[in-house]
Amino acid sequence: MAQNTRTVGTPTNVTQKHNKGGIGESTLRPDGTLKVTGEFAYSSDMWHEDMLWGQTLRSTVAHAEIVSIDISEALAMPGVYSVLTYDDLPAEMKNYGLEIQDTPVLANGRVRHHGEPVALVAADHPETARRAAAKIKIDYRELPLVTDEASALAADAPLIHPGRDDHHSGHVPHPNIVHRQPIIRGNVEEARKRADVIVEGEYTFGMQDQAFLGPESGLAVPSEDGGVDLYVATQWLHSDLKQIAPVLGLPEEKVRMTLSGVGGAFGGREDISMQIHACLLALATNKPVKIVYNRFESFFGHVHRHPAKLWYEHGATKDGKITHMKCRIVLDGGAYASASPAVVGNASSLSVGPYVVDDVDIEAIALYTNNPPCGAMRGFGAVQACFAYEAQMDKLAAKLGMDPVEFRQLNAMEMGTIMPTGQVVDSPAPVAELLRRVKARPLPPERQWETAGEGADVRALPGGLSNTTHGEGVVRGVGYAVGIKNVGFSEGFDDYSTARVRLEVINGEPVAMVHTAMAEVGQGGVTVHAQIARTELGVTQVTIHPADTQVGSAGSTSASRQTYMTGGAVKNTCEAVREALLEMGRRKNGSYHPAWAHAELLLEGGKIVTDGGEVLADIADILENEAIDLELEFRHRPTAAFDLKTGQGDGHVQYTFAAHRAVVEVDTELGLVKVVELATAQDVGKALNMLSVVGQIQGGTTQGLGVAVMEEIIVDPKTAKVRNPSFTDYLIPTILDTPTIPVDVLELADPNAPYGLRGLGEAPTLSSTPAVLAAIRQATGLELNKTPIRPEALTGTL
Amino acid sequence: MDFLRPASWEEALAAKAEYPTAVPIAGGTDIMVEINFDHRRPDYLLDLGRIELLREWEVGEEVTKLGASVPYTQIMENLRATLPGLALASHTVASPQIRNRGGVGGNLGCASPAGDSHPALLAAGCEVEVESVRGSRMIPIDEFYTGVKRNALAADELIKSVHIKNATGPQQYSKVGTRNAMVIAVCGFGLALHPDTRTVRTGIGSAAPTPVRAKAAEEFLNAALEEGGFWDNGKVITPSIAKQFGELASAACNPIDDVRGTAKYRRHAVGILARRQLVWTWEQYRGTNGRSLEGAA
Repeated sequence: MAQNTRTVGTPTNVTQKHNKGGIGESTLRPDGTLKVTGEFAYSSDMWHEDMLWGQTLRSTVAHAEIVSIDISEALAMPGVYSVLTYDDLPAEMKNYGLEIQDTPVLANGRVRHHGEPVALVAADHPETARRAAAKIKIDYRELPLVTDEASALAADAPLIHPGRDDHHSGHVPHPNIVHRQPIIRGNVEEARKRADVIVEGEYTFGMQDQAFLGPESGLAVPSEDGGVDLYVATQWLHSDLKQIAPVLGLPEEKVRMTLSGVGGAFGGREDISMQIHACLLALATNKPVKIVYNRFESFFGHVHRHPAKLWYEHGATKDGKITHMKCRIVLDGGAYASASPAVVGNASSLSVGPYVVDDVDIEAIALYTNNPPCGAMRGFGAVQACFAYEAQMDKLAAKLGMDPVEFRQLNAMEMGTIMPTGQVVDSPAPVAELLRRVKARPLPPERQWETAGEGADVRALPGGLSNTTHGEGVVRGVGYAVGIKNVGFSEGFDDYSTARVRLEVINGEPVAMVHTAMAEVGQGGVTVHAQIARTELGVTQVTIHPADTQVGSAGSTSASRQTYMTGGAVKNTCEAVREALLEMGRRKNGSYHPAWAHAELLLEGGKIVTDGGEVLADIADILENEAIDLELEFRHRPTAAFDLKTGQGDGHVQYTFAAHRAVVEVDTELGLVKVVELATAQDVGKALNMLSVVGQIQGGTTQGLGVAVMEEIIVDPKTAKVRNPSFTDYLIPTILDTPTIPVDVLELADPNAPYGLRGLGEAPTLSSTPAVLAAIRQATGLELNKTPIRPEALTGTL
Repeated sequence: MDFLRPASWEEALAAKAEYPTAVPIAGGTDIMVEINFDHRRPDYLLDLGRIELLREWEVGEEVTKLGASVPYTQIMENLRATLPGLALASHTVASPQIRNRGGVGGNLGCASPAGDSHPALLAAGCEVEVESVRGSRMIPIDEFYTGVKRNALAADELIKSVHIKNATGPQQYSKVGTRNAMVIAVCGFGLALHPDTRTVRTGIGSAAPTPVRAKAAEEFLNAALEEGGFWDNGKVITPSIAKQFGELASAACNPIDDVRGTAKYRRHAVGILARRQLVWTWEQYRGTNGRSLEGAA
């Protein structure tokens, strides 16, 4: 495609009129029916003639020296083709990592967390591979554990990564701190003197898992040129590629990646899981190798959301104005860096929430520990902060005797507000309006479980069909929260997306083909790309090319960025294709009609028309046998790094906001919670597909509910081992736990963004959790500083 | 792992006699999880899927004979009137798909304290009909659970059916989980009033090494009901009786702390459930709110 990559000049600023199936319509997902009927091919469904099955052997302890590994028995098993350990790695490079390459492909003499990969087996049957892996004998000598801030920073603390020399190691106060970001603005001590009330709180956020339903899986096929073709479910093909090729000792062009069916991601596929392992086994055996994790292994196969301890102090004047904020956020990054540095940047820069606070003293750090590695998950550092600052807002309002919504509105940021980082919010920030909207909704009727005489409808009660109450002990609570999230990659990262668009005539009709490397993980990018191409090119037929590395990077499907970034790239390339088509038209037909020379020309219904609607030509007649095929990169406006001492800098691209009102019913005697309704309002700038928008908002809201009342990976502090790696004991909400979620969508355009749109996927995950917590606090009168809430916390039976 | 597929009950008994370590599989909703998690690798699986008589039930005068493999869905749909406690318990089992496959025989065979049907079976009163090539016998439910995931079956025996006493009064069942559906029990409680004998029976799940009855609570309540003439006068149960019943039920627990809940919470919750269920069943017995024997929900 490289020969087609050329700059064709800045596309003219023409606004295409509406085309059928274009942006703004709720067109249906192309993969929707297949997924609902079970026919969609996920990455775990792949099959190849003569393929082998890979199995990973993982550490059974959290921190140990590997004294010896004996693979002889495993290797001797019939059906086993290969057993690999650290010693078999083919290249100089033996580590990988998103930002810091600190993660060994296979453990090198030391394991740093429970479930770390130590050895690989390829066999002709998955069961044989599993049994062979079980026959590998590893002698561990256990080492002292680092499990929290105290043990990480103790005088005699073992260093998780001794001798680290990454770009953060120079500025962190201790080698067991991955990254530290302070933000200082104004003068907190002076501002504190103006405060009539001061509230303080210490909050704990549990370790949440992405819990995507399609486990990690992929297929690596060795090729004749000594390279490998990898079919895999991931969030960012090119980021994987950059980490895979060096450890295989191959140039990037010899590792060809194609996205296969992704069963959810939520951040959990940003890091490498089985990609390198499958390639290593395929290259070692010269056979295709498939790896599929089961659910148990999946809990060890990807990073989780950082658990956090957050300490906050706020002050306010008696008329309700926040004077200052001090906070300290300690994120547990686990054994490897993953996305920890960026999570720290987000947690600190968004720690004040969507409020005007001029005087702040903020510190966020991420620790290296022997706990499971933590990294990206929907909301990315902003979630933990929102849980804490929203609890603080309620405490402040209560202390001032003010209504919690009015108090928030009084302090709400708006366009023009200056962030703690010094960045000016330069597009709509309707924080007060979002709160107004959720508050104005009528409340759901009380005691909906009461039926006409025939007892209680337990489905409407806490406990549901488990029949634990017929109304006894049940108290209603209502809570509010609002949050702020950044969109796109921040802190000076060169964030871009690439789109290739080909316009040609097939069977007499103009057809657009959109080719990107965007990972469709369920967010609906493939739907939106087709809509954009229809709008910009006036065609009906759009083909979405499979996502692969034969086209430039699309960046990650994360940070609420894909519609903005790869959607923006598709728009951008389509505009260039349109220009090229019009140029071709002028060349071929220009002399037939004066409008070719001067009028603004649009593409509509397969035709080139003037803005007055006069048809100049069929697109097909202009193109004839030629194809216009362009591949262009698209960038958002640049951002800057945060100053390492003051945190100042225009670090973010765009902000996104959502508010929630939670209505809960709590069985106060049993400590069980029924979330009755989670009303939400969100500004999306421009809804390219309202059906998808609402789906994203409802899904994000539900994920936030999960970590409010049930979702937590429980790590034993004595052993740093995961205690609940299964869906039996790691609970996610079922449809019975999911309340009615009325959604109010605002469309206030961001002039800097394509179509004015605002990234939207993460914001609902932020405020949903603190809204539920606030409602439970109101129902019970308890302080509740830890999420998720367990029945024990509500009944004094911990 | 060998897979044995007897075509008849006789063949199944013969297979179990020949391979006493064979693990019977019917719905597979428990054993398949164990196998998938690699917690268990039996040498033989004995598939009971072809044996029709295990999926049959018969409602008699006093007793319902429930085949070991009758799925929970069938119990919910067909046996609510005669076995209301078990029908309520069946409602709480996992998801519709699992309820279409799982049956009481599996719960009894695995004898996990977290099995949803145990408290209802204990409260209703029943006998488990087991058989081997040596013959058949009836094991009273009170003698069935012998330890953590252990039961009174001999190595060559299979569970054929459960003979459950038909309800003569209201029955209730509740389970606590941290999710409103599809959840393993943190603890469970069942209560059955037996006006024919003027007694009550209880069952506690997931709060002791085995499913147990709260015997002291039963004895207290039997005495209190008798003493106050409650069975005849139909008076409202006094709050102090309900409270003490709850406390005694709580005291009957011998729970552990685990990832699903603390021992303290389990004791607490069983006490609350016992108190509430006493009020529900007694109010129903008094007929004050016109509920049928089918219970709530």
